[in-house]
Amino acid sequence: MRHSTQLRIGPVGFRVGSDWRAPVALLDDLYRDYPPPQDDIPDFNVRLFAARFWRRWLRPSVQIGGDFVIPDAAPLPLAQGLLAAEMAMNLQMALGQRRYLLLHASAVERDGKALLMTGESGAGKSTLAALLMTRGWRLLGDEFVLLDPAAGMVHGFPRLISLKNEAIGVIEREAKGGRWGPLLEGTPKGAIRHLVPDVRSIAAMEQPATPALVLFPSFGFEGAEREVFPSECFVRLTQASTNYVTLGEAGFDALTGLVRGLPARAIDYPDTKTAIATVERLWGELA
Amino acid sequence: MSGALLAQMLRDPASVEALDASGWTGLLAAARAEQLIGTLAWRVEGLAMPEAARRVLEDARATVEQGRLVALWEAEMARRALAPAGMPVVLLKGTAFVAAGLSAGQGRQIGDLDILVPRERIEEAEAALIAAGWEWVKPDPYDDDYYRRWMHELPPLIHRERDRMIDVHHTILPLTARITPDAAALIDSGVALENGLLVLPPEGMVVHAAAHLFADGDLQGGLRNLWDIRCLTDEFGGTEFELKLAACAALHGLTREVERALRLSDHLFGEGADLTLADRLYVRRLLARDGWGRPTRKLTEFAFYLRGHWLRMPPLMLLQHLWTKWRKGYRPAG
Repeated sequence: MRHSTQLRIGPVGFRVGSDWRAPVALLDDLYRDYPPPQDDIPDFNVRLFAARFWRRWLRPSVQIGGDFVIPDAAPLPLAQGLLAAEMAMNLQMALGQRRYLLLHASAVERDGKALLMTGESGAGKSTLAALLMTRGWRLLGDEFVLLDPAAGMVHGFPRLISLKNEAIGVIEREAKGGRWGPLLEGTPKGAIRHLVPDVRSIAAMEQPATPALVLFPSFGFEGAEREVFPSECFVRLTQASTNYVTLGEAGFDALTGLVRGLPARAIDYPDTKTAIATVERLWGELA
Repeated sequence: MSGALLAQMLRDPASVEALDASGWTGLLAAARAEQLIGTLAWRVEGLAMPEAARRVLEDARATVEQGRLVALWEAEMARRALAPAGMPVVLLKGTAFVAAGLSAGQGRQIGDLDILVPRERIEEAEAALIAAGWEWVKPDPYDDDYYRRWMHELPPLIHRERDRMIDVHHTILPLTARITPDAAALIDSGVALENGLLVLPPEGMVVHAAAHLFADGDLQGGLRNLWDIRCLTDEFGGTEFELKLAACAALHGLTREVERALRLSDHLFGEGADLTLADRLYVRRLLARDGWGRPTRKLTEFAFYLRGHWLRMPPLMLLQHLWTKWRKGYRPAG
């Protein structure tokens, strides 16, 4: 491919190739503190290309490709090339990752213990993870948590934090001195802006953590809290996993092992301040 | 070209030890694209390699192992659905290789379940499968009608709960193709497994693979088919087998295709062979893969696309078919 770069997020190496310079230049800048893939051999390849050759110049639109693809992925305008790259990397993980049980969740770490947050899109898991990061937690990731079936530890996947719509302003106020990607307006999910995880989260990204608490947050409701029993937690996490079925028995063992004895709560919150207070209180009660 | 690199590494696995990081990167991308990464993982097991490559290949092995279990389970599900009817059911391709424990099944990625049943009982088979939870995938009436009138298989069925596809064949080439294999003889030659399902004898497997590779379609994923053939001839090879294979090929009118398969297999995976000019074009098509896993040689690919259709149906029918598909918005890849 004309332009390419390599990077590692957590334990996973990527090579990103592109017909255009701009997306690769942005990746190189935003991911500048990330290491290259182990042994310079990526786990996954991602390709950003013009579906028809004239689309390289004429109303350029970025088609997403790579080792694993879904048919009929809609192309994005070149101005959203960074989003295309992020989506393509996520897609490789969702479809191709099979070393770890992949949970669609955000996670933060403190004292070697991990807090996992999962829920529907819009539940606020990225926002909460970013806020906790600004309050001294280590960000493990805002999109995927990687559960090691053998050891039961979770590995971080601290890619760029993808913030949408109102969440952008909220975090811009809180993350003083944060490094940001460009504001992408009019994407399929509205406005998106990417925040680079803090230096500490990137530097420690290879250290796994022991799962200690699972939260199922819902934004936009009166403050409320409910215990989630292991059976329900298990079912909800199978739905939050992209590769639970692919992993077969290993996936079942990993997930039943995780939910057994792991405290879990569903929390409703009207605003982020309430959510953070609830998280800190629940975390304090663990010890 | 990474397609050529992949073929070389399958032929001589020890040569992976000389690869650098970019060589490995290209090899893994091409192997994934050709659905041969599980096979590669089996071939190079135990050799010295960078940790990152070992990890990718270990994952590939775990994937194909899980795929093997799922494929065998799917075959068992089809067996249970069809057993009451008492008809012979022959497993084909990947599922047959793993069910029979053949070396061609080692690391083999398996997609759909392919089975062969007698033509006169295919409607019975369809009804039994639908009663057991399989459903039609193709909603398009033209495609559905096309399959039923002209193809060697039913329109693909998908199981509504397990989301797995089954292709029910009544012969191994489209009815419109110029070559007409003897489907009844193929079924009669079936070898019974413990559970009552049948597989083709090794010579029948080679003939089927060669038919699929050279007498049907556009050679998409052809390298994997050729590797299947290589594994079968390596495992069963010998003068006696060669005679059986030649007789089987002649019976089904596929001598030319089988001979070509053996030449290309020797050329790419063995000691070399005298290639014809046409053979070289096939090699060019089979190895058209770059270090990003992308198909290359668009013109060759397109030529083989046309050829695949040319073989499949008479000229007038071909024109009508392509015109209909074009109007429906279908375009060849590329």
